[in-house]
This record gives sequence, C-alpha cells and structure tokens, in this order.
Amino acid sequence: MPGGSTQLFVGLHLIHEVTSPQAFSALNEKNLEVKFPNLTVATVDHIVPTANQERPFSDPLAEEMLSTLEKNCKSHGIKFHGIGSNSQGVVHVMAPELGLTQPGMTVACGDSHTSTHGAFGAIAFGIGTSQVRDVLASQSLAIKKLKVRRIWVDGELQKGVYAKDLILHIIRLLGVKGGVGFAYEFAGPAIEKLSMEGRMTICNMAIEGGARCGYINPDETTFEYLKGKEYSPKGQEWDNAIKWWKSLVSDSKAKFDDEIRLNGSSIEPTVTWGITPGQGISIKEKIPNPEMMPKNEQQIAKDACKYMNLEPNQPIEGTSIDVCFIGSCTNGRLSDLQEASKIVKGHTVATGIRAFVVPGSQKVAKEAKRKGIDKIFLTAGFEWREPGCSMCLAMNPDKLVGRQISASSSNRNFKGRQGSANGRTLLMSPAMVAAAAISGKVTDVRKLLQD
Amino acid sequence: MKQEFPKGAIKAIRGRSFVIKGDDIDTDRIIPARFLKCVSFSALGEQVFADDRKELKGTHPFDLDQNKGANILVVNDNFGCGSSREHAPQALMRWGIRLIVGESFAEIFFGNCLALGIPCITASKEEITNLQNLVNKNPNQIWDFNLQELTFSNQKETLKLNIEEGAYKMLLTGKWDATSQLLDEKERIKNTVNNLPYLNHFK
Repeated sequence: MPGGSTQLFVGLHLIHEVTSPQAFSALNEKNLEVKFPNLTVATVDHIVPTANQERPFSDPLAEEMLSTLEKNCKSHGIKFHGIGSNSQGVVHVMAPELGLTQPGMTVACGDSHTSTHGAFGAIAFGIGTSQVRDVLASQSLAIKKLKVRRIWVDGELQKGVYAKDLILHIIRLLGVKGGVGFAYEFAGPAIEKLSMEGRMTICNMAIEGGARCGYINPDETTFEYLKGKEYSPKGQEWDNAIKWWKSLVSDSKAKFDDEIRLNGSSIEPTVTWGITPGQGISIKEKIPNPEMMPKNEQQIAKDACKYMNLEPNQPIEGTSIDVCFIGSCTNGRLSDLQEASKIVKGHTVATGIRAFVVPGSQKVAKEAKRKGIDKIFLTAGFEWREPGCSMCLAMNPDKLVGRQISASSSNRNFKGRQGSANGRTLLMSPAMVAAAAISGKVTDVRKLLQD
Repeated sequence: MKQEFPKGAIKAIRGRSFVIKGDDIDTDRIIPARFLKCVSFSALGEQVFADDRKELKGTHPFDLDQNKGANILVVNDNFGCGSSREHAPQALMRWGIRLIVGESFAEIFFGNCLALGIPCITASKEEITNLQNLVNKNPNQIWDFNLQELTFSNQKETLKLNIEEGAYKMLLTGKWDATSQLLDEKERIKNTVNNLPYLNHFK
C-alpha cells in the first residue's frame, strides 16, 4: 500500500460486543456494507453476567451492548453465537472449539488476545475498532509485516508446571515490550508436547510480551484436536486439508529474524508480584528489591511494590489472598478446569476466601459438568458460574472490591484491571489458583500434588 | 472551543504539551474497562485516565488547569501496551490530544492512533527526559510539530523525531484512513476469496 504496509486478507474475522458497535456505526456512516458476512463470526463475552444471564440484563449498558450486537449481526447476515446457543463463550475459547480456527488462516478480532489462535498455525492478531470497520468493509486490513522470533523450548514441563508458567517465564525473560515488532513462534520439544489447550495459553499471552502474534506449527496434535469439530473439513476435504496444512509448517531451513532457546525442564511454577505480566518470579523466589534491578526497571518495580503493598525480599509464597478466579481466554478451557479440580478435590476453600470458576464457554461448561468437575468445585466451596470473560477485566458484575488481592488465572495484572481502581492481581496457573484457594495464600501447587 | 478531529494530511500540529510520566502505561489505565460499556465513543474524553485521576484528587496532569487546551502528550516507554481497545486513543483524542511524543509505543496502540490521524512520534530516552523537563518547567510554552521535517520545536530548541516510514507517508498524504484504499483492491480481494483452499473446500 502507499504507506508501505501490506494489505492482508482476513480469512476469519471474529467480533464481540465491545469493539464492534462503533465499527458498524462507521460502516453505516460511510454507507458501506459488510463485504463477506459469512467470514465474520460473532459471540458475546466481555459484558455477560456470570450469575444470572436472564434477559434483559440487570445492567442496562450491558443489555444495550448485547442488543446492539444482535441487531448488527441480524441486519448484516452475520452468524451470532449468543447466550443459550450452546456455542457462546469467550471468543478465543469458542472459535477454536467450533473448529473455526484452522492452520493457514489469517484471523483478526478486535481483541488483543486474538494471538491465541496462532496455536493452530494461523496468523492471528488483535485489531482496533477502525480496523474492525475495515475488515467488515473489505475483508482486509493494512498491516506492517512482522519480524519473527523463534522461541525454542527444550526439555519438558515438570509435574505441577503448566503452559501458563512457561509463558509467564518467557515474558519475564524477554520483557513486556521485548516482542514489539515481532511475531513469536514457539517451537521445540516442550512446546510439541503441549496439548492444543496448553498451546493456546502460550500464544494467548504472546501479546503480554509485546508480540502481536503467537504461532506454533500445526502437527498431529493440532489435527487430532480439529478432527470432527463442527466447522472442520470432513471426508475428502479433510484429507486435502491435512496435506495443505502440513505444507505450511516452517521447516528446518526456515530463517528467523531472531532466535532464543530455553530449557522447559527447569521452569518452576511462576507467579506475578507486580503490575505488569513481566513482573513474575518462580514460587521459590523472593519479591525483588527494586534497588537491585536494572536501572530502567527500577521505577516501575518501585511503583509495583507500593501499589501491591508487597515488601521487597519477602518470599512470594505465603502471600495472603482474598479472591480466587479461575477462567478467561488464557485459562478457561476444560483441561484448565480439570487440572485445578484435581488440586481442589477433597479440600475446602479456606475461610474468608471468595473463589469462583468461570468456564470459558458453554461447551466447556457442559463437558465439565458431564465429567463432574463442577461438583468438585462446588463441594469445595467454589462458586460455579456461567461462561464469559468475567473478572479477567471485570466488565460485568464480577469485580474485586477495594484493596482486595486476587490469585487469578487470567492474563493481566495491570493496576485496576479486575474492577477495583486499587485492586491487586497475582497471575498464575489455574492449578496454582486452586492451591491458593484451599490454603488462603500463595502456595506451591507441587506440595499438594504430592499429597 | 473543541478542536476538530484530525482530517486529511497531518502536516503540522501546534500547541501546548504536558507530561504523563512512566513506562508501560497500559490501555486499562488510559481508559478503564468499565468505560468500554458503550456503543459510541462520544463520552470517552471525560473518562481518560479515570482511575489515576481519582487517586490523585485533582492533581493528575489531565486535571491541572494549566493543561486545559493542551494537545500534545509527552510519554515514556511502551506507552499504550495491553488491550487493543481503540477506546484508549479515542479517549485521548476526545479529550483534545492530537500528538503523542514518547520513547516507544505498543504496536496495536500505535496503529489505532494512526487510524485516527494521531501521530505517535519517538525520540531517545535521553531526549524525552530532557523534553519532559522543559515541558514541566514551562507548561505555557507553545510547541510546533512539523511532520515533513519531523521536528518538534519552540523558539529556542528543536528536537529531531522519528516515526516509522509507512506511518509517516500515510499521515503526510492524508491516507491514514485505510478503508477506501483497501476497497480499491476489490478484484484482488475477490480473487483471494476464490483461491484460498480453506474457503474453497480444499480443492
């Protein structure tokens, strides 16, 4: 294009209620139509209440956003996966599980965690509302080509260490802006051993390291996951698809703009202590002393200690918490709930702790119920909620109150992120959140696994 | 008197500046999520940095009388990281910001600003620190930004700035609003739709 950017075709456009209404308005103002309505798919996730989903919602603003989306989808002929459709959910959970996301696709959505879909060997990234408008109007957008950094992970994750720990560790190493201008390609034995759900967790948080895309080569794990999904190809098409998908894999001769290697076997459960996802430490470490940090990290580390009210040089293990949240587009999938339930089983939530589970989608909720996972959580004293983004960003009634501190399986620990202007967030794996819930404080989940 | 929103070629921006200090200022801070509950961007200007402002009880840069009517922000490193919400640049724009000068910007935020015609221009850490000191010392100073020359100056000093070449051209030619250019390629888009394996039953 004239500015030097590339016009990129978008094969799958996902929309939700928060970043699409203004795009549709802009389209109407410009008298444009949705060019390929069948290539856009909608769901509702950010604002849905998780306790009572009866319509109209008790929050009139939330109700207005949902009804606006419904109206826009209807008038433009866009498929909408709404509440009660059995396929509604957090957009980055429901699209993969329907088989909408496939290798080789270009996927865009007005949500930064669209990087999730790269786990399938797709190019997937978040866009702003102006670009949502552009994709609706033209099925394409203007973007600058990204450089690629391959992050090669040797070994394998140890017991009690999950994809979440790996990505928190990577962001800690490379920083929250280390990935600006890059797509992160995750590869190596430790990545290959991950399930699709683990891979989605990794790619989901690429953006927290500044990388707009995460990517993992498609392989047998990918194909196995996609087989039989509602929108996956079938029969002869499936065989052809596999051939094409295999041809897309970056091979041993592939050249990367940058490459780093790390050993997955030595990674320990990782927890954030600060106000950026890069401020993470292993469960065995102490909260760093800002004075001892590199100069350019000192100021934000000081801010973080003050905001979090955490003392430097104190162990992170044992930090008291108030609220436990299991869910989100990072860790709201079946295996996340399953792993957490293994920790919870036979225990009860510690006194004074509010703990709740928000499945990532209606399908996750249904499958979890079928396996009795909901019962395990309920028996232990967790609340079991309806699917949505919930307290990851607290656009619905699920919020921290005042200075409450949460153990959260979500993706951002920014100031005020979870609904209270001075609320605090510790990011960790769902199993670690479960461990925190039953002990009332940050706990090394491996201790509970040995029980 | 509210300024008009950016339109056409962005050649020069003139006005007063103020500083938002700190690295990694994320879009949740620029516009907290609860304000995303809207189907129009129109009310966002009032809500920019809402929680930070509340905490500082009237002493936040966006609340200081001396900054009323200023249109240039001077920020630090990785400004606008986090969520892709265009509500963040929309809130800044609707408050009155037309130019952001900083050490670096998060990618999606940069693109979102570009789509609104708000240049995000960079300089080195040292230059930004100096600039922030100058701006803080004299908030009434009028600054002139010249996109063609990529300069930022008052009567005494001139700072040379950087912007990625693509964005530079788009702003200078007024082609930062991509929709019509994208639509010019109708035929190629149709071709792509007709040839991509996954849109054609993997034939």
